[in-house]
Amino acid sequence: MELFDIQVITGNLPEFWRGLWVTLELTGLALLFGFVVAIPLAVMRLSKNPLVSMPVAAYTYFFRGTPMLVQLLLVYYGASQWQWMRDAWEAQHPLWSWFREPFFCALLTFGLNTCAYTVEILAGSMRNTPHGELEAAKAMGMSRLQSLRRIVIPAALRRMIPAYSNEVILMLQGSAIASAVTLVDLTGAARNVYSRHFAPFEAFAFAGLIYLVLTFVLVGLFKLAEHRWLAHLAPRKAQKAKEAQ
Amino acid sequence: MDALIEYSPSLLAGAWVTLQVALLSVALAVVTGLLGAACKLSPFPPLRWWTMLYTTVMRGVPDLVMMLLVFYGGQLLVNAVIDRFEWDFVEIDPFVAGVLTIGLIFGAYFTETFRGAFLAVATGQLEAGRAYGMTGWQVFRRILFPQMLRFALPGIGNNWLVLLKSTAIVSMIGLSDMTRVADQAGRSTHQPFTFYLAVCVLYLVMTALSGYVLGWLTRRYNVGVREAQI
Repeated sequence: MELFDIQVITGNLPEFWRGLWVTLELTGLALLFGFVVAIPLAVMRLSKNPLVSMPVAAYTYFFRGTPMLVQLLLVYYGASQWQWMRDAWEAQHPLWSWFREPFFCALLTFGLNTCAYTVEILAGSMRNTPHGELEAAKAMGMSRLQSLRRIVIPAALRRMIPAYSNEVILMLQGSAIASAVTLVDLTGAARNVYSRHFAPFEAFAFAGLIYLVLTFVLVGLFKLAEHRWLAHLAPRKAQKAKEAQ
Repeated sequence: MDALIEYSPSLLAGAWVTLQVALLSVALAVVTGLLGAACKLSPFPPLRWWTMLYTTVMRGVPDLVMMLLVFYGGQLLVNAVIDRFEWDFVEIDPFVAGVLTIGLIFGAYFTETFRGAFLAVATGQLEAGRAYGMTGWQVFRRILFPQMLRFALPGIGNNWLVLLKSTAIVSMIGLSDMTRVADQAGRSTHQPFTFYLAVCVLYLVMTALSGYVLGWLTRRYNVGVREAQI
């Protein structure tokens, strides 16, 4: 038997392509949701009122302390345990019926998961705000909300870029478990191709290669973002340093 | 709740499998990481390039894809070898495939952790060791390794927590870890939510316990270091 037959890949390109789109949609939408929701939650996380900060801390503790695969299975298969949920499906309830859709369940789980990590990254970044900046904002007569909106959050968002780029890459790779709930993402496509042709190397190595390329693209994009938004932290250019002497 | 009590022995047996996979993987990953760091710091360029390729591929490909590749691809390779030599049929064990994959993936992360930590040890310390007449191995064991570990511990802790959670994917190649046990128990009792939630709690217990161990290790390896007081 041939160990590597390139035709298995070329003959199934359309399926890989559709899988790639599912992966990109899932990852992209989950990251968008997670990022937007993380900003208010990070502010709540840093609140001095425990009634505000504790629920957020409990949420991030749960989602960061358990595997995303188990969370996904909990949402998708776990939903059917409840009688009221099954009744709602029976009655074709517009909201609860979504929990029958694997795509929605995956999106919800991935979104909540990446949001939990993003909250902690952003909150950590906000904690590192230099004291003087806050004092300056106060001295300018800004309210707490104004200083958050104008000073703390924008600066924290810049500082979190390196840590957040890791989270984005982990999210892309984590999305591979979507095939556990019957979704045909890039990994799901590779699993289909494998079981049709019994060709594990072609199927999984090709999928792995695409993930690798996507990772490189993301790393490159974040390099550009750091260059753009963290330019003030970059080491001085050698030429300039010489002139200064 | 009754169902949970009824199935608790098999769930705990699954938890033990999860823990075994995690501990064996982390042992493999630490050894691989030390070797990888040594290769990355070696003066011999091809060694550095190959290690670079290894860490890039392992960190750029999802763990599940890698595991499926090792499990199914490994079986195909084993079959090919068996056909060639006309041996008896050997089936690749999901436990072995899982430990190998997770260990080698996290070996790449540990390589980076250890590389940074080795570089963080002041070279004057090593020179002092040599000046005392210690051999290279003695310098490594008495000076470089203990101090390196201090710098590496935060990274080791992070890697371990991520590794522990990534063991859940071994359930997808048929190993009866606690996620798979919960899957089967949930199906037969029609209470999947209860069982998956129980698995979440077990993972949280494991991470909490790891926190204690890591805290103890950190204190042990930071003896004599004054921490910055903020």
